[in-house]
Amino acid sequence: MIEETKLPALLSEEATNRNLKMRSDAQKFWFAATWIFGALTLLILLLVIGYVIIQGGKAVNWEFLSTPPKGGLSGEGGVSTTLGTTLYLVLLTIGISTPLGVGAAIYLIEYAGEQSLTSPILKVLISIANFAVETLAGIPSIIYGLFGYSLFVSALRFGWSLLSASLAGACLVLPTIIRTTEEALLAVPDDYRRGSLALGATKWQTLYKVVLPASLPGIITGIILSVGRVISETAVFFVTLGGSHRLPTSIMDGGRTLALHLYYLAMDTRAFDKAMGTGAVLVVMIILINLIIDFVSRKLTAGLKGR
Amino acid sequence: MNTRMIVDKAVKYILFISAILSIVIVLAIAFFIFQESIQAWREIGVGEMIFKRVWRPGQDQYGILAMIFGSVAVTFGAIVLGVPLALGTAIFLGEIAPVGVRAILRPAVQLLAGIPSVVYGLFGMVVLVPMVREINVPGNSGYGLLAASIVLAVMILPTITSIAEDAIRAVPDSYRSGSLALGATKWQTITQVVLPAGRSGIIAGIILGVGRALGETMAMIMVIGNSVVFPKPLTKNPLTFFLSQARTLTGNIAVEISYATGVHESALFATGVVLFVLIIVVNASARWLISRQSEVQTTRQG
Repeated sequence: MIEETKLPALLSEEATNRNLKMRSDAQKFWFAATWIFGALTLLILLLVIGYVIIQGGKAVNWEFLSTPPKGGLSGEGGVSTTLGTTLYLVLLTIGISTPLGVGAAIYLIEYAGEQSLTSPILKVLISIANFAVETLAGIPSIIYGLFGYSLFVSALRFGWSLLSASLAGACLVLPTIIRTTEEALLAVPDDYRRGSLALGATKWQTLYKVVLPASLPGIITGIILSVGRVISETAVFFVTLGGSHRLPTSIMDGGRTLALHLYYLAMDTRAFDKAMGTGAVLVVMIILINLIIDFVSRKLTAGLKGR
Repeated sequence: MNTRMIVDKAVKYILFISAILSIVIVLAIAFFIFQESIQAWREIGVGEMIFKRVWRPGQDQYGILAMIFGSVAVTFGAIVLGVPLALGTAIFLGEIAPVGVRAILRPAVQLLAGIPSVVYGLFGMVVLVPMVREINVPGNSGYGLLAASIVLAVMILPTITSIAEDAIRAVPDSYRSGSLALGATKWQTITQVVLPAGRSGIIAGIILGVGRALGETMAMIMVIGNSVVFPKPLTKNPLTFFLSQARTLTGNIAVEISYATGVHESALFATGVVLFVLIIVVNASARWLISRQSEVQTTRQG
């Protein structure tokens, strides 16, 4: 029930103006405050990136990039072998996780709906699968590391190796690839599918020849994101990759990525200038990756709008 | 049946298997970590592990309370420092920033999320730790909760900002028009209408930030000092608590796993189980809030 409250007689014009001024002053103050917050965030980014690139840049030259680290506790040498290991690990991890992740996403988006209708067990399984992807995305990387250590390094006796590290890394980036592929598939208009099916194509032909090409930029975005994740990840590889400064000669060999190398330089040898140099290389790589993602996703939205 | 149809069927089953793989991985992670920790729970005892402060593997003492407390303390510090900045930035991005400014700031926040944690750790070691060391308190090494909290605050900033901004943007425009039409200023509309309507999503963002903070490993090892002490104020001034060194659950695992054997190794897996359970609880509550938020919005809009 609404009670009738007695309002004071009409507020005087003066009071109204005072109230309005007070409120707009408050607004001015708080708007300024949020501008400062926004500027502060940008400043933090510029500070971190600027410091690492400027300080680290001093150590970076062709020799730094092309000579292998000396190893041991010396902290001398460059980063060439760690660049190589990073490249191997990225290729292996992405090679394992992309088919699995894209496949999972295709099933969860394109098949799950109709398949859920066919059996209640399947329906439950599919909702558990969605929940599992969600869960995987939230698990911290050191847990993936522990898992990789106990299963791949110890139980399966792969040892500290590229194989162990890339399998653990593939589990880590799987949810990223699944999620971005799902989004890309959802963005493809249903008319595409109906048009292809109406022409007599099977479901898989439709997916393979129509839906997947249309969603390719989105899928590529997911893959590049995962590349960035592998490049910057440390905790998982810290416990699965060993840490040898040599270039691995087979997938059963261990090694160290650029990010791991930075960690060892800073913590074990206290070679901060070399560590900063490694950090600068890392940061430049991450900036490039972000620019590529930005470019691809712009293409994606432009493409969809164009249609 | 012709080949086309057979391929079509076969593909369906192959894709089904890859979809189920996520379930297998989650179960395998839970199984392996738990299975490896059983020895520790049996031989040391659950109460002994979780409620004892002393961690001395050499003397068979495996209490992880100090690490639990370290993780919680540094997460608390990161939230106190990071949340105001993250929410301010989210409000700015969602409601106030002109299009041009947003076009710069949003990719910047994204980039902040992409910077490797070891780079943050290194920045902390080289820039923040020496600054903290300047604070003149006996026993202050620079490494400790304060430096770690600052680093962690920056690391969780993108998570909280982007989820909170999404929540703010998801509030229907009719809410804003309604409030403005009643004579509220834009700022009043933001605080009295938009933020309450997006509350669940914003809180979920903060909780996911907590999850991120609890799980961070390498940057924490690099700046928190890692000594296994129960963090406490260095002098009578309670604020010097934050100058105390500490060790996180994540750091405990990463630092010792490569050389641990037997019960010690199992105790590290038990540390992992505690972390895993903590994170699952934190993330599940965030997920629940997000689903509630979308429910609220669909019912209200409908």
